[in-house]
Amino acid sequence: MKVRQVSVFLENKSGRLYEVCKCLADAGVNIRALAIAETADYGVLRLIVNDPDTAVRVLTQENFTVSETEVIAVEVPDRPGGLAGVLAPLYDANVNIEYLYCFVEKSGESAIVVFRVEQIDRAIQALQGSGFTVMREEDVYRI
Amino acid sequence: MEYFNPVEVLERERLEELKLQRLRETVDRLYEKVPFYRKKLDEVGFRPGDIRELSDLQKLPFTTKDDLREHYPFGLFAVPMRDIVRIHASSGTTGKPTVVGYTANDIRVWADLVARTIVAAGGTPDDIVHVAYGYGLFTGGLGLHYGAEMLGATALPMSGGNTKRQIRLMVDFGSTILCCTPSYALNIAEVMREMGVTREMIKLKAGILGAEPWTDEMRVQIEEELGISAHDIYGLSEVVGPGVSIECGEKNGLHVFEDCFIPEIIDPDTGETLPPGQKGELVFTNINKEGLALLRYRTRDISALDVSPCPCGRTHVRMKRITGRTDDMLIIRGVNVFPSQVEAVLMQIPGLSPHYQLVVDRVENLDVLEVQVEVSPQVFSDEIKRLEELERRIAEEVQSYLGLSVKVRLMEPRSIQRSEGKAVRVIDRRKM
Repeated sequence: MKVRQVSVFLENKSGRLYEVCKCLADAGVNIRALAIAETADYGVLRLIVNDPDTAVRVLTQENFTVSETEVIAVEVPDRPGGLAGVLAPLYDANVNIEYLYCFVEKSGESAIVVFRVEQIDRAIQALQGSGFTVMREEDVYRI
Repeated sequence: MEYFNPVEVLERERLEELKLQRLRETVDRLYEKVPFYRKKLDEVGFRPGDIRELSDLQKLPFTTKDDLREHYPFGLFAVPMRDIVRIHASSGTTGKPTVVGYTANDIRVWADLVARTIVAAGGTPDDIVHVAYGYGLFTGGLGLHYGAEMLGATALPMSGGNTKRQIRLMVDFGSTILCCTPSYALNIAEVMREMGVTREMIKLKAGILGAEPWTDEMRVQIEEELGISAHDIYGLSEVVGPGVSIECGEKNGLHVFEDCFIPEIIDPDTGETLPPGQKGELVFTNINKEGLALLRYRTRDISALDVSPCPCGRTHVRMKRITGRTDDMLIIRGVNVFPSQVEAVLMQIPGLSPHYQLVVDRVENLDVLEVQVEVSPQVFSDEIKRLEELERRIAEEVQSYLGLSVKVRLMEPRSIQRSEGKAVRVIDRRKM
């Protein structure tokens, strides 16, 4: 139920994102989803990949600062109200969301929301209790 | 007024006699009262009474900042603590500042020296002396304050900061002499413009500016923007504080008050005394101080001495404006900072990488120090707020140890240049 997200520290200078992607490409790692949070001086690149172990290994070898975080991925219907619907049970369960990002599934029918929350187990319980599909790790990597 | 104390225009021959007599008394007294000096003088085979001419000074051992640190806090004082009436200190590495002590007479002599500097800058007892140096352990604020009072002028103890209030009171009270760092003087000029306060609305006529290195270009800018005559003042707490030397109206070097301090220029590598005019490390010997008197104190400041007569009439030797340092000390907004001090602070934060760099720049006339630190996996987080917390924490630690506000910038590993041998810790972008 918990998905491993790979985070990379990036200084705000040209070419750095390319270098991360090149490094992953050379290792045959496929990026499933990606989000960047930035400040004036630096950014944090957050990645869901098909092979987190290889991603961490090759990025560390290339001297990037890398960390792994557990996140959850939830399938939501791709229509107005889809995201609001999934946020309601989290709000009710008093789960604090640090950040989230979304991507659309290949079939185009549903979207996948990646959540980083403080209370991960409580979040999974609340979502499943409301009938949402919290995706299995393997399924997310295989998207 | 042309000068404050007649000793400023004492003929050279008499001045040399006075220096010799005071040097002999000082060395003999230190031999008797300070175990550190007795040991050092014994090592070079010196005995009381051995000072027969001024050149004998060159045979004496040097004193360094490390000597002061090793005898922290009061180990080099030459009088019992009951005779010490004032302590000052400069910031030091993780709680070990350089501590200096003054007797009641030292405070009087110091005030007299500072009064001389105010007069050299054109001051009289009619002036209102606006002291915007920091008050506290730093010698700047209280040093100028006592000097203004000794002259009989009006001291206005503003201390640093709160620039708009400084300017309002400058207008309301009619301050005539401004004492602060040169970069703060420019900052005041800028805030005046923002507030719509013109040169005509203030009564400033002179600035006594020091505690950091500056240039003639800055002088021109300060003089134009504030409509004043700007004078460089030099001093360091180890020797006395502000008032070691001052620029007279000629603005061609700073007169060192030789009745209290004997200046020398040495080769920083060999320790050899260099002839007048040659550039080297400035060294001072206290010859009129009771509480803490230092023999041949190595300032690490680079200067040269000018023994030619000055048209102002003062007979005391002039030192050139400081052009640099022989060590890696930085002077930022009047605060002395060694890269090693910042390093010591960084090393106290668990997980932080030992790779860092300091970038000094002058932005809108104020010195800014950026501390660049590499982000190690131990301190990295995917959450921006945690990284911002880390930046804040580093800035707070540096502020609390060094009394200096800094900008912290997180960097990628290996983005700070590694060098063979000695790491390049400091990039100084200020134009000096």
